[in-house]
Amino acid sequence: MRALRRPVGVTGVVLLALVLFAAAFGPVLWGERATAVDTANLLAGPSAEHWIGTDNLGRDLFARVLVAARLSILLALAATAIAMVLGLLLGAAPMLLGRRLGRLVTASVNVLVAFPGLLLVLFFAVVFGVGARGAALAVGLAGAPAFARLCHTLIAGVSERDYVAAARIAGVGRARMLRRHVLPNIAEPVIVYATMTAGAALLTFAGLSFLGLGVQAPDYDWGKLMQDGLNGIYVHPLAALGPGIAVVLAGLAFNLTGEAFAAGPRRTHVLPPAGPPSPATAPARNSVLSADDLRVTIPGPNGPIHAVRGVSFSVGDGEAVGVVGESGSGKSVTALAVAGLLEPPVRVQAGHLAVAGEDLLAPGAHRRLGTSLAVVFQDPMTSFNPAHRVGPQLAEVSRFHQGLGRRAAFARAVDRLRAVRIGDPERRARQYPFEFSGGMRQRAMIGMGLMGEPRLIVADEPTTALDVTVQRQVLELLADVRRDTGAALLLISHDVSVVTDVCDRVLVMYAGRVVEELPAKDLRALARHPYTRALVAAVPDMETDLDRPLAVIPGLPVDPVDVPAGCAFAPRCPLADDHCRTVAPPLRDGVACHKAGEAP
Amino acid sequence: MKTATAGLKAGPRVGPRVGRWPRFALRRAARLLASLWVLVTASFLMIHLVPGDPVRAALGPTAPADLVLAHKEELGLLDPLWQQYATFLGHLLQGDLGVSIASRLPVGEVIAQQLPATAELALLAFLLAVAVAVPVGVVMAVLTRRGRGRRAELAFTGANVVVSAIPDFLLGVGLVYLLAVQTHVFPVAGRAGPDSYVLPVLALAIGPAAVLSRIVRVEMLAVMEADYVRTARAKRLTPVRVHVVHALPNAVTATLTIGGLALSSLVAGTVLVENVFAWPGLGSSIVSSIVAKDYPLVQGTVLVYGVGVLLINTVVDVALALLDPRSAIGEA
Ligand code: SF4
Repeated sequence: MRALRRPVGVTGVVLLALVLFAAAFGPVLWGERATAVDTANLLAGPSAEHWIGTDNLGRDLFARVLVAARLSILLALAATAIAMVLGLLLGAAPMLLGRRLGRLVTASVNVLVAFPGLLLVLFFAVVFGVGARGAALAVGLAGAPAFARLCHTLIAGVSERDYVAAARIAGVGRARMLRRHVLPNIAEPVIVYATMTAGAALLTFAGLSFLGLGVQAPDYDWGKLMQDGLNGIYVHPLAALGPGIAVVLAGLAFNLTGEAFAAGPRRTHVLPPAGPPSPATAPARNSVLSADDLRVTIPGPNGPIHAVRGVSFSVGDGEAVGVVGESGSGKSVTALAVAGLLEPPVRVQAGHLAVAGEDLLAPGAHRRLGTSLAVVFQDPMTSFNPAHRVGPQLAEVSRFHQGLGRRAAFARAVDRLRAVRIGDPERRARQYPFEFSGGMRQRAMIGMGLMGEPRLIVADEPTTALDVTVQRQVLELLADVRRDTGAALLLISHDVSVVTDVCDRVLVMYAGRVVEELPAKDLRALARHPYTRALVAAVPDMETDLDRPLAVIPGLPVDPVDVPAGCAFAPRCPLADDHCRTVAPPLRDGVACHKAGEAP
Repeated sequence: MKTATAGLKAGPRVGPRVGRWPRFALRRAARLLASLWVLVTASFLMIHLVPGDPVRAALGPTAPADLVLAHKEELGLLDPLWQQYATFLGHLLQGDLGVSIASRLPVGEVIAQQLPATAELALLAFLLAVAVAVPVGVVMAVLTRRGRGRRAELAFTGANVVVSAIPDFLLGVGLVYLLAVQTHVFPVAGRAGPDSYVLPVLALAIGPAAVLSRIVRVEMLAVMEADYVRTARAKRLTPVRVHVVHALPNAVTATLTIGGLALSSLVAGTVLVENVFAWPGLGSSIVSSIVAKDYPLVQGTVLVYGVGVLLINTVVDVALALLDPRSAIGEA
C-alpha cells in the first residue's frame, strides 16, 4: 500500500472509487432523471437545472453521463477479462502445451503484437458485427496478444525458479502447477497491467461507440453520448465534451492507479545544506595537481555519503602518484573530483583544488583542461561511445580544442593510435569500439588523452578490467607515455603491486581519508599504519609461503554513511584501544594513526 | 550462413561487415513474409468467420434470393474454401482486391483514391510528434537528471500522464471546440487547403508526442549516466555537444523502437480522427463499410492498413540496424 503514499496513487484511487461508485449506483440514483423527457427544454444549454444541458428529447445530459458509467465500465471490464484470460492461456501455452506447440503460439503472438490494437479491434468488429457484445469481444480479443506477451515473459521468469523446478520434478501436473505455483507469483504484475488495460479498453470502447460500431441506441455509453453530441458541437459543445471528460477521468483513474502500484515508491535524495566552507588556501608550487581539504558528499538513500572527508595532497610535475585502498575508500571519487567530472547533486568542497594551473572550483576552468588533462577510466568496454567510430572520437578533442579541421584531426587520431601501438591504425580508426578488444580500447583511451599535450594523466583502475598479460602492456604503455611526454600520473588502484611498480609515491586511503603517505619503494618494508601493513600483507610476493593461508584484512570496510567517531579503522585494527575509538588520528608525518609503527 | 558465422568468429580481423547484412536481411525478410501471410490469410478468413450469411447480411433481409446467390457467385463464395483461398491469393498478386458490394467500384480504385489523404495525415502527424518529442525529451532529461529540477519533473510527468490519457479523437473534438467553433481559427472539418490539416494533425500528434517525449527523457537519463558520456565530459566538450552528439544517438535506439510503435498505432488512430474531421480517407470509408457490411471493401482496407503497419515496422528495424550495427548481429 506504499503506492497510496504518493500523490499520484491517491489521485488514482480516489478517482477510481468515484468512477466505480457511479458505475454501481448511477442507474439507481439518476436513472429516472436520465430518462425523463422534458419537451420544454430540447437541446438546451447548461443551466442550474441541467448542468451540461439536455439532449434532443430534453433528457438531462449530466444524469445520462452518470448513468452511462455503468455500461461503459462493465464493457471495459468484460473486454479486459477476456483479454486477461486469453492472454494468460496463450502466455502459458509453452508450459501447458509443451515446447513445440508453445513455440508456435509464441511466434503467432509475436506476429499479432506488431499490429496496433485498434486495427485488430476493427477486424474483430467486422467478424462479430456491430453492437455492444461484438465490440466487447473485439476489444477483448484484440487486447489478448499484448497480454499474452506479458504473461509469457513473466511465466518464463517464474518457471526458472527453484520451487517450480522442484514441483516439476515431483511430477505435479501442468494445470495444477500453473494454478498453484505460477499464477500466484505473477498475479501482482498481471493485475497492475490489467488495470491499465481496463483504462485502455475504456478509451477504445468510447472510440468504437463514437464510430457507431459499439453500443447501439437505445442503450448508451460515453462513446455513444459523444457521437450524439458531436453533431451539435456548434450550438451545444458540452454535449460532446461532457461525456468526453468522463471518459478521460475514468481512463486516468485506471491508469494512475495501475501506474502508482507498478512504479512503487521512489525517493529522491537531497543533501542537507553545506557546512562551513574550508578556508581558501593557495596551491602548492611546482605542482600539476594540488588539493587541500577535499571533501565530496553524495546524496544516498540512507543519508549523505561522505565519500571523501578532507584529503590534502599534491602531485609534482612529472611525478607518478598512486592511490590505493579497498573499494569504498573514496579513491575513485577522489580521482573523479580531481578530473572535475563530479556534478551536482554530488557536492565537492575544498580549500583549493588546482589542476594544471586551473582552479577547478572556479567556473569555466574545465574547458581549458581539454588538452592538459587526460583521463583513463576503469572499464574500456563502456568508456567509448558505441554510436561513433573510434577515430572521430579521438579526433573530436583536436577539432574542439585545437581548432583542427576534420582531416587534420583524423590524421592526428591515426597518429596517436599508432603511438599507443595499435596495429593498422588507419583501418582501426574507421571501426566502431565494439570491434576493438578490451586492451586495444584501453590503449585507444590513452591515445585519446594524448591528442592534446597532457600535463597530468588521471588513471582510475586502468587495468582492473583487463586480463593479466594485457595489464602489463597497458602499464608499460603508461610508463612510456610518461617518459615521452613528461606528464604526471595519478594512478588509482586497489592493487598494491601495480602501484608499487609504476609510482614514485603512494597515498593509502581508508574511509575517505588518507591514512598514510610514503614513497612507493618503502611500501612493503616501511609502512607504519596498521591498515597499510594489512593491505601489503594481503598481496602474495616472492617470499610468501604459499602453503600458509593468504592474509586477509578481517572485517568489512566502513559504511560511508555512518563513519565512526574515532579512527575509522578501529573496528578492524588489532591495535585499537578506547583512545582510537574516540579520537580520530590526524595525518602527521605521513601517517594517521595513534600507534604508528607499533608492532601488533 | 557459413560466411556469416565465419565473419563473426574471426571478429574484427575479417571485418564483421561481411555476412552480417545478408543474414540480417534474410531474417527480417522471413519475418515480414510470415506476418504478411498471417495478415492476408486473416483478411481472407474474415468474411468466412462472420456468423450467418455475410451476403444476406450485406444486402438486407428484403433482397431477393437470386440476387444474393448472384453476389455469392461473384464473390466466389460457392467454391470450396481452398479454391477460394487460391483465387484470393492469385487476384491479390495481380493487385485485384475485388469489387465493392455497395458502390460496385473496384476496391483497389476506391482505396487508391483515399489512401493519400490518410497517409498524408499519418506522416505529418508522425513528423510533428518526433519534431516535438525529441527536443522536449532531451531538454527535460538534462533539466531533471539526478533528481534536479524536481518541479519541472513533476509538471512534465503530470502533464504527460494526463495528455496521453486523452484519446486522439477526443483531442480532436476538444480542438474543434476550441479552435474551430469558439475562435474560428481553423476549419471544423474537411480537407481543403493547408489550414484544414492543422487540427487533425494536431489531434493525432499530441498523444504520440507525449509518449515519445517520455521515452526520450527516460532513455536520455539512462544514457547520460553511461561511462562514455563521462568520457565525453572528460574531453571537456560543451554540455550541448555532450548531450546531442554523444548521448542522443544512443538514446535513439529505444526511441525509434517506440517511435515505430507510435507510428503504426498512429496509422490506426487516423480511423477515429478522420471520422471526427470528416477527412476523406481510408478511416472514414472503413467505418462506413463495416456498418454497411461491404465485406470486400473492408477486406481491402484492412489489408492496406496492415501492410502499412508491417512496412513501417520493417523500415524501423532496418533503420535501427543501420544506426546501431550491434543490433543487427545481436538479435540472432
Ligand atoms: S589509530 Fe588506533 S585504531 Fe586507528 S589504525 Fe591506529 S592503532 Fe588502529
